Amino acid sequence: MVDLTQYLPILIFLVIAVGLSSAFVFLPMGVARLTGAHKPEPAKLTEYECGFPAFEDARSQFDVRFYLVAILFIIFDLEAAFLFPWAVSLEEIGWAGWATMMIFLAELTLGLVYAWKKGALDWE
Amino acid sequence: MTETFISWGMDPNWAWGVATICGILLIALPLMLAVAMIIYADRKIWAAIALRRGPNVVGPFGLLQSFADGLKVFLQETIIPTSANRGLFLIAPIITFTVALLAWAVIPFNSGAVLADINVGLLYILAISSLGVYGVILSGWASNSKYPFFSAMRASAQMISYEVSIGFILIGIVLYADSFNMNEIVKAQIGHGFGLVNAFGFNLLLFPLAVMFLISSLAETARAPFDLTEAESELVAGYQTEYSSMSFALFWLGEYANVLLMCTLNAVLFWGGWLPPLNIDLIPWFDIPGVIWLFAKILFFFFVFSWVKATVPRYRYDQLMRLGWKVFLPISLIWIFLISGWLMLTRYAA
Repeated sequence: MVDLTQYLPILIFLVIAVGLSSAFVFLPMGVARLTGAHKPEPAKLTEYECGFPAFEDARSQFDVRFYLVAILFIIFDLEAAFLFPWAVSLEEIGWAGWATMMIFLAELTLGLVYAWKKGALDWE
Repeated sequence: MTETFISWGMDPNWAWGVATICGILLIALPLMLAVAMIIYADRKIWAAIALRRGPNVVGPFGLLQSFADGLKVFLQETIIPTSANRGLFLIAPIITFTVALLAWAVIPFNSGAVLADINVGLLYILAISSLGVYGVILSGWASNSKYPFFSAMRASAQMISYEVSIGFILIGIVLYADSFNMNEIVKAQIGHGFGLVNAFGFNLLLFPLAVMFLISSLAETARAPFDLTEAESELVAGYQTEYSSMSFALFWLGEYANVLLMCTLNAVLFWGGWLPPLNIDLIPWFDIPGVIWLFAKILFFFFVFSWVKATVPRYRYDQLMRLGWKVFLPISLIWIFLISGWLMLTRYAA
């Protein structure tokens, strides 16, 4: 049985951490208004570009490989998630459990080999 | 700590609450102080390797440099570009810093000195460090500017790539320690090397994992030589380009808090955490507190991080991805097979 009160300190920590970092973000905004450092003007508020107005939308097309990496990440991170409970119960499940996981690992290695051969891992 | 407050005549529930909040502040405030000092140390080490002096004006030996910088950014104006998504733009640094603080909840500083002694501590750290990607990708997207966007794409792809190999490397540790609890993992390392050395790293099977974990932690925190996300020659200041004032500093603080966390994980998972390096009582009348050993190990790893930053040239992005997916991932997969097979043959053979 999981004792959820173990997680209570983490919850309190979360509240304190969010409060602390929000204070860090919003306090200087107030301070800048009080000290007079807050002087917005149109040129200052444009996005960064090397000395000329940006002439295309920043959210343009990007390389499809970033998608591929994200998809591969999901597969292999899930695999790791399956491995974690297996790793702490090796004693109970014995050779049968070990062999099952090794077959699973071999299958996913096949997937990795496939992605590798297809060039999904290449970034010329 | 709860017992102390109860002995002062406090109600047990209140005592627990006060003790927990004290514990949180005892982690969060020294952590921020440590980050300030570690930024100073980083600059000083880097300067020394480059035969420069580094910060030496503010305070004795420039010790107060980070605080002066902090005060300066605090008094600066917060600039929010007109094209940015205001809400997300401000939430991103909050997420980054919150996540960087939260992971410390399960780090054991000494035997039993841990804020939340949960049985899945290692899993919690993996989960929390994965959330760090949100801060990066949100800041890049919300800035609505070219360079932050490119940088956020790169950073998130880099972080998730190395998270995969870190996950597999940690399975090796979990297999040996037979637990996710951080304190149990440290205790499993007592006398691991010939009954003499308190470290998993001295195991020939685990040493390659320790090296891979050190390199992966450099990549995961986007430190040099993997600091492609803020490669200033191509991406200005990376995903922080549009930020100013304290919101900019929060990324900086969060980054260094994550670097410290990774140094701590290296120390805790592979090199014995709060245990002394040798399992023999050299000074019978005096025990050096575990927390001193832990801090010494953290500082050693931080020195390695700085040293690497000052000496190793930056990787190219394709080299980085090749190292993660084509070298670390296959090796860590093979290592799971080797370690679990070895444990089945020796420890669980019956």
